[in-house]
Amino acid sequence: MRFYESETKKLIARHGVGVPKSGVARTPADAERLAGELGAPVVLKAQMLAYGKARSDTVRTAATPADAAKVAAELLALDDGGRKPAGVLVEKRPAATGEWSLAFTYDGTAKKPVMIGAAEPGNVEDIADRDPSKVVRRHFSALVPFSDYLAKEMVVALGAKSPDVPKMTAAVSRLAQLFLRYDLTQLDVFSLGRLEDGSFVAIDARSDMEVEGRPRQKAILAELGIAEDDRRLVREPTPFEIEAAKIDAEDPRGVAGPVVEFDGNIGLVIGAGGGSLTLTDAVRRVGGRPANYAALGGNPSVRKAQRLTKLILSKPGVKQIAVMSNVVSNTRADLVARGVIKGVIEAGLDPAKTIAIFRVPGAWEADAAKILEKYGVEYCDRTVSISEAAKRAVDKIGR
Amino acid sequence: MAMFIRVDVDQAVIRKTPGLAAKLAESCPVKIFKAAGDGVDLVEDALDECTLCDLCMQASPEGVKVVKLYEG
Repeated sequence: MRFYESETKKLIARHGVGVPKSGVARTPADAERLAGELGAPVVLKAQMLAYGKARSDTVRTAATPADAAKVAAELLALDDGGRKPAGVLVEKRPAATGEWSLAFTYDGTAKKPVMIGAAEPGNVEDIADRDPSKVVRRHFSALVPFSDYLAKEMVVALGAKSPDVPKMTAAVSRLAQLFLRYDLTQLDVFSLGRLEDGSFVAIDARSDMEVEGRPRQKAILAELGIAEDDRRLVREPTPFEIEAAKIDAEDPRGVAGPVVEFDGNIGLVIGAGGGSLTLTDAVRRVGGRPANYAALGGNPSVRKAQRLTKLILSKPGVKQIAVMSNVVSNTRADLVARGVIKGVIEAGLDPAKTIAIFRVPGAWEADAAKILEKYGVEYCDRTVSISEAAKRAVDKIGR
Repeated sequence: MAMFIRVDVDQAVIRKTPGLAAKLAESCPVKIFKAAGDGVDLVEDALDECTLCDLCMQASPEGVKVVKLYEG
């Protein structure tokens, strides 16, 4: 889940790293008052979850309090994935005598957290795309406490000179610690600025928290005023997605979600051990257009699989589904087969024509194969790779 | 209407054993059995949820038989 910049900065300040003086304006009048209190000129940033907008659209400057009110009115009218922005962050931008960029995230290949930095402000990913030699990386552990030594190594590698090293090391170390403490998946400090007095300030920042971390992070979420039902999605859920969430919530057995709606023609009933992402990618790689993303697993009941299947088939343009998963262990292939076939029949369709592929290898696969055979559906076991299964599905359903 | 599982119950056997109906209702993880006096009723909607755990057949080998409709 995504934090607004104002919230990210509260987290950063809570851990002893400086942030610019600021306030959140909900109205143009608020912005005018804040600009007066902070002292114009000020920077105004629309508080948005959808980052896709050009930065120039969402971050503006105002020379006077009256300007701030005018700019705030424009920013508050922007579209944020079907919502209005959650206010405007009004900041007094400090004068930095040096700027660095930092990012903390997970390296999926090394399976470790990693901090990435460059000796210039901006998005580290963009800097790396332009000139990889400018970017410094250091992995660290999610299991053992973060060591200041790693931060110092990073700071020195970023070219900081000796008077700056202790304070910058402290800032980097605190940022790494808050990244771990709050289950963040991403913490970007686009500008870590050194001020005239030698202190360091996170001037522009954003962060994302692991959704699964929410139950552990109730205290800090409450402190930030984030309600339990505030899902922080990049866009508002569609009726299809709301119905899928209802199916999942109404039956405690197994998991049918998250389900995300796309514009494609291939209904996906997929899951198991990270299989959903791999399978969605596999379908796309061979030119397929998924109608949805789904994650069916955790040994769902027959009814849950049935309702999810029926829902996916109710989507306009979806005539066939691909039922695919990684090798299942606790999820039972036969119960998924029962649910999917019931869902297809309840939708008034023929399983043999509607299920383009059924590749759910693992627990109780022999029974799954018998069930499918009875309804004229071929069962694919683990000898059919995920890539091959995706290709067969796309070949049958069409690109 | 169940499509995959049928459960055959011999009510005479169930009634003969005191407490067996309640045991079947309690042991089934997907609530297929509902105690009705000394016997049991079957919950039609739950039949296809059967996980083939065999607990019912272990409780009454003579009185309950679970049949996979997709076999044979």
